[in-house]
Amino acid sequence: MSLILAIFLGVVILVLAVTAIYHKNTKVAIIATGAVGLFASVLYLLLAAPDVALTEASIGSGLSTIIFFYVLNKIRHSND
Amino acid sequence: MIKKGILLLLLVGFVAVIGSLLINFTGSNELNPLARYYAENGPAEVGAANLVTAVVVTYRGFDTLGEVTILFIAAAIVGFFLKVMNADNGRPNKLRKTSEILETASTLLVPTIFMLGVYIFVNGHLTPGGGFQGGAVIATGVMMIILAQPTSRFNHKLISVLESVSGVGFVAMGILGLILASGFLNNAFLPLGKLGSLLSAGAIPIIYVFIGIKVGSELTGILDSLKENQNEI
Repeated sequence: MSLILAIFLGVVILVLAVTAIYHKNTKVAIIATGAVGLFASVLYLLLAAPDVALTEASIGSGLSTIIFFYVLNKIRHSND
Repeated sequence: MIKKGILLLLLVGFVAVIGSLLINFTGSNELNPLARYYAENGPAEVGAANLVTAVVVTYRGFDTLGEVTILFIAAAIVGFFLKVMNADNGRPNKLRKTSEILETASTLLVPTIFMLGVYIFVNGHLTPGGGFQGGAVIATGVMMIILAQPTSRFNHKLISVLESVSGVGFVAMGILGLILASGFLNNAFLPLGKLGSLLSAGAIPIIYVFIGIKVGSELTGILDSLKENQNEI
């Protein structure tokens, strides 16, 4: 059961990562990056690494997403 | 053509190296000597119920000090460059109003998130997690404050004082270990206590509280300096 869930999570992560690279809309790409971190943290928990899961959930999907948005906002302003 | 040939050659070499590793891989059912040493002597020498913490803070404590330093330098560089560019043209920031749901939920969630962060680093020697994780969770709470009330301001002085004091405290704990116990960052200069109780594992809880405060205030500082910089163009 946990193997099936792990494979499913891996596929979801891959799909989201490809979305993050190829999507035209940068906002969607950033959200996809954050979602990669979210699913990766669940995967880490399944693979018995709760420490890494905690870090990934807070930094990978929380802080880095908002930092990307700040930078995106900044770049958009300076391009006007 | 030549470029593609070289690329193909590189790819074949890569597959050969990885493939040989994959084919020759045999799982082992026992720990290697170093891991066995940690597992057998860790509880007696360090007294931390969470063996990962015993390795991270005591056996490999110097690495942790390096990691904290790297994070500090990153935060300092972000603050420095954003400060230099920020020539303070006091233009009001046009912000969309945040939703009622987010504002109301944040008043309930932010204290809970802060408490979870503190719980994680105070219990770092007993349960999974530790200073880094707790600090990151606290910074997530700060992120929620910023999202819910974009006009709120943080006390820069308080953040930098907290960061400096906890950094100095971490190094001071290391030096105390050098003087009173057997080496730098040795935790045994305080009584090890009963394995699994909150006040055990010598200086590890104190060190983790310092690391947690330091990481939390550094990440908060990064978020804050990015936020302050959104106004200018």
